[in-house]
Amino acid sequence: MTLKQPLGQLYAGLGIAVAVLFVASLFAGKVWVPWSAFTDRADPRWPIIFDLRLPRAILGVAVGAALGASGAAMQGYTRNPLASPDVLGVSSMASLFAVLTLYFNLAEASAWVLPTAAMLGAMTGVVLLLVLAGATSSIVTFILAGAILQIITAAGVSLALSLAPNPWAVQEIVSWIHGALADRSIDEVRFALPFILTGLVLLMTQTRTFDALTLGDIGARSLGIDVNRSRLFLVVGVGLAVGASTAVTGMIGFVGLVTPHLLRPFVASRPGALILPSAIGGAAIVLAADILVRVIPTATEVKLNVAMAAIGGPFFLALLIRLRRRIA
Amino acid sequence: MTPELGFSDIHVRLGDKPVLEGVSADLHPGQVTAIVGPNGAGKSTLLACLAGLRRPDMGLARLNGVGVLELAARERGRRIGFLPQSHEIAWSVEARTLVGLGRIPFAGSWGLSVEDEAAVERAMTKADVTQFATRTVTTLSGGELARVLIARALAGDPQWLLADEPLAGLDPGHQLDAAALFRALADEGKGVVVTLHDLPMAMKLADRVIVLADGKILADGPPVEALAPPILSAAYGVEARFAEGGHGPLIEIVGRHG
Repeated sequence: MTLKQPLGQLYAGLGIAVAVLFVASLFAGKVWVPWSAFTDRADPRWPIIFDLRLPRAILGVAVGAALGASGAAMQGYTRNPLASPDVLGVSSMASLFAVLTLYFNLAEASAWVLPTAAMLGAMTGVVLLLVLAGATSSIVTFILAGAILQIITAAGVSLALSLAPNPWAVQEIVSWIHGALADRSIDEVRFALPFILTGLVLLMTQTRTFDALTLGDIGARSLGIDVNRSRLFLVVGVGLAVGASTAVTGMIGFVGLVTPHLLRPFVASRPGALILPSAIGGAAIVLAADILVRVIPTATEVKLNVAMAAIGGPFFLALLIRLRRRIA
Repeated sequence: MTPELGFSDIHVRLGDKPVLEGVSADLHPGQVTAIVGPNGAGKSTLLACLAGLRRPDMGLARLNGVGVLELAARERGRRIGFLPQSHEIAWSVEARTLVGLGRIPFAGSWGLSVEDEAAVERAMTKADVTQFATRTVTTLSGGELARVLIARALAGDPQWLLADEPLAGLDPGHQLDAAALFRALADEGKGVVVTLHDLPMAMKLADRVIVLADGKILADGPPVEALAPPILSAAYGVEARFAEGGHGPLIEIVGRHG
């Protein structure tokens, strides 16, 4: 399109940001490693880099991309700037399903149980959301539907905690709920990456649909878009991407909401052009936030989700004020 | 050659309420067909059935003898342009981007080709909106947006253009411009179907008028026949009469029946 030139610059800028943050995330932390440690296997800091920080950085990129792209896709599909997996309860539905496997002690049976449950939870979340909100794109119905999902899942998680069979289960659930990238290994990367990539590809195939939906449901269908088929792609794509992310890192909020907002002006508000930049931008934001929680001098590391909330809360507020001004 | 667009025995119910009760007609390319009728007569519903956007409960809309719902969605999008009544635009994109959406049935996964861009330019020129190209839609007035949306519908260069209330919200000058645009499309041999509330405009613009009332076709023919006072009386409950104007007969709505 006519936007090719600025889009190229956008991709270059975002790509450089991710690359720099990725490298920085290998160096940064409680232990700052010098360059020499990268090449010397005997160096005691070598495992810190390659066994701890490398998987963590890769996961940061993957999870950030999944959440950023899912947020952009949900906003595009629902034509609603407040849509995102966390705000509308999709992430928390994934958590609830995952928590239930911990509660019923099913997670120990196989490494696949919890992640599969999380993905099913995320898909259930998207389906419920679309069913509850109906065919409208009204912001009110979507936020209400999202609120219902949040309430149900929060109640479910509380119930699981209060009825937990033993303190270990409680411990496990609590630490799992607070999303973090800390102490993840290459196993989590191996597990999550294929699902996240599949999800991203599914969402990327729908860019024309998101563009067409600018004209509303009827307008898009008159342009030959099969909106029902696209809905299926959205459900499965977001389900895989957000489900797999939540499965390995727990809930990480605000990336899905904030990223598309920050980048929308750079793509001249085209919803279809926003998916890939949001994936790259989401990766950058999660990497940056994860570096931040590592370098903040606290006794125990601040959970990533808490840091994201600290960043995302004020952002949400700014968005609210702007929306209010527009409506008024 | 532009194929014929026809519909036969279309029935649609919305909930308990019958909206269309067995309407049939064959529409011809090269003509502007106006569908008129009182609020709730089923005009928009009929147009949606013709565009393949609504499945009638009974009956069939056909393009060249093939059910419009049997056409592949993308093929249908290329051949039938649809201009919805709603001007709701979800994102504040630039006018040129909005017009470019009309090329979606043609575009590949990598966006618009050079040909697509050329078609967008042509459509914007035709609809006289090139000066708005880089304005975002939120900065356009209602009438300006309506014209950009007409350009959007023209961008796909469809064989049939189905427009739901395309003149609503336009000032008299731009109403005439838009009407001239529809006229020109028909003269090119394309099919044009518009729903209208403005009966004098239907009189002036259309080659053929279909009057819908209570889900049935009350009249179908040239404007002077279909818009005759007894028919308008039955359809709208108003008293009307023809007056002789400088450019042919005019409709004058005299008053409401008591």
